[in-house]
Amino acid sequence: MTKIHYSTIDGRGLGFLALLGLFGAMILGGLGASYYMEHNGHIVTGMTNQIVWGTPHVFAVFLIVAASGALNVASIASVFGRAMYKPLGRLSGLLALTLLAGGLAVLVLDLGRPDRLIVAMTYYNFKSIFAWNIFLYVGFFGVVIVYLWFMMEHRFNRFSKQIGLFAFVWRLVLTTGTGSIFGFLVARHAYDAAIMAPMFIIMSFAFGLAIYLLVLMAAYRWTGRPLGDAVVTRLKNLLGVFVAAVLYFVMVYHLTNLYATQHHGIERFILLDGGVYTQVFWIGQILIGGIVPLLIFFTPLFGRSRFMTAVGASLVVAGGLAQVYTIIIAGQVFPMDLLPGMQVSSSFSDGQFAQYTPSLPELVLGVSGIGIALALTTFALKALPFLPDSLSDDLVDPHAASRAKAETAVEAEAAGA
Amino acid sequence: MSLSRREFLGAGTAAVAGTALAPGVRLIELAAARRPEDAVTAKQRWGLLIDTGKCSEGCTACVEACHEENGVTDHGKPLTDAQWIRKVEARDPQTGYAHSLPVMCLHCETPPCVDVCPTGASFRRVDGIVLVDKHICIGCRYCMMACPYKARSFIHENITDQKPDAPRGKGTVESCTLCVHKVDRGDGTTACAEACKEDGHQAIVFGDLNDSQSEIARRLKSESSVQLRADLNLNTGVRYQGL
Ligand code: SF4
Repeated sequence: MTKIHYSTIDGRGLGFLALLGLFGAMILGGLGASYYMEHNGHIVTGMTNQIVWGTPHVFAVFLIVAASGALNVASIASVFGRAMYKPLGRLSGLLALTLLAGGLAVLVLDLGRPDRLIVAMTYYNFKSIFAWNIFLYVGFFGVVIVYLWFMMEHRFNRFSKQIGLFAFVWRLVLTTGTGSIFGFLVARHAYDAAIMAPMFIIMSFAFGLAIYLLVLMAAYRWTGRPLGDAVVTRLKNLLGVFVAAVLYFVMVYHLTNLYATQHHGIERFILLDGGVYTQVFWIGQILIGGIVPLLIFFTPLFGRSRFMTAVGASLVVAGGLAQVYTIIIAGQVFPMDLLPGMQVSSSFSDGQFAQYTPSLPELVLGVSGIGIALALTTFALKALPFLPDSLSDDLVDPHAASRAKAETAVEAEAAGA
Repeated sequence: MSLSRREFLGAGTAAVAGTALAPGVRLIELAAARRPEDAVTAKQRWGLLIDTGKCSEGCTACVEACHEENGVTDHGKPLTDAQWIRKVEARDPQTGYAHSLPVMCLHCETPPCVDVCPTGASFRRVDGIVLVDKHICIGCRYCMMACPYKARSFIHENITDQKPDAPRGKGTVESCTLCVHKVDRGDGTTACAEACKEDGHQAIVFGDLNDSQSEIARRLKSESSVQLRADLNLNTGVRYQGL
């Protein structure tokens, strides 16, 4: 295989500055929103004593889940030995770091007392999965940084398989940890399912790869570097498989829930008569985030269109947010059983579906997580050589290139005939 | 004063006391009020017994007394205002039988809020009282997600006029303290139990579940009672009758 050459992006043009300006504005907005929320209290948000985790948590959990998934591309190269993915590894590690940073920042900025971050770092309750997650996240940064370093430093390249495997296992544990946050909420119907943890892992595969694909295509387009069909098609097909797998897990989750009578209430709520939550589930999560992308990825009509591939990946991101929204928000809206079998009411919304409307500050704070991730990514691409100069077909996968050439020749012949 | 420090001292002294005492020797006096300078010990397990048969629908004497005692102010916003105790009206849809009961922190022996709290701000005193150390609560609200009884409230806005005995703070989580300041003072009751008694209902009895001489322990032994969501196996310190 031809030697791959990496370089930093130029990053001087107007477009680059505009991009940084946009991300900067997102971040400033988030900081402002957080200050506003801390200053006035969470009263200015849509969150209440019934919906205690709101839109910021949706974005934060989405980004954290996506972060571990973004590392997959690197894992495929170093753990599973696929040569074609090798040049893609550095960006994969980078996105894993920046997405995690964005997600964690949102989580911290939403705390009732973000000023006590140092308390969170110094007081630990080792029975808490949250506390474990703090270690898992911090450790993830360390492991991925070393992994990136080994990928970038020629002398250490040969160890990249070992560290890659380590990082791969770490990320699986990390996503399990994130999923388990919900698994420990025994009294809430929506989370009472063993399938939550593996479902989070497969969700991370899809969300992370969708973001990876989008960033890759944007970076190559805007820097004018060649990006061949071999890479894009391969990643797109893989994403399609992950999206289908997520749909499958969601189906199994709901089918097993339907099997247990005590979960019929929550199932009815999500699947049938939960109003906006039912819509978010069917239209957002299933249709926009699952079925439409699959159609785009696998129908020959759109198969080769870069634009449609980007649309498909964006829909996976949107559907992913809808999915996390369903898990976090709808899971809280549905009332807990205080006295099973009884109808209850109180001044504290017992027995009622909780009301929640996302507020602007929450939304701005959540979106700022994406801004943080993308701004860090952009900076890093300018500072260090993460991107190969070219990912054209003949460089990445000479066989595929010749195959494609042959195909075009046949097509041309057929067309000529 | 930081409650965690108190708890720490309590645990230490309890350990010393535990080794000094021969196993099986029971100090009846301990069941009575301990002096403030004495440590909290696991010899006691404070709790409440609530008889829904005596609790009357529409009566909120316990709620008002609790919120008065602990300075929990009502801003007229039920969705975000703290509610340490609330009245729940329950009705059996099959039979139509209705009753009314106060619900507060049930002071579980294995509290999910304590298990999930990342910093250890949520803690259980050895005498069974579950508290939040407002100095190390970061306001993540994981405990609120974990509590099966929705016993906890997050402070959504600035609060004024706090009671010295019940420090509170915007951005932290709080819940019923079982009137820990009254317990530690040796009042032998809580604001809710007191108010209920004054109102002539006597639906709430406070006491030491471990003291076989106490009214609460005697009644629990001789009358039937239940825990809310007993299926979760949390061994609550607050028990109900008549459900
Ligand atoms: S809100 Fe406070 S008490 Fe509750 S889990 Fe978080 S840190 Fe612990």
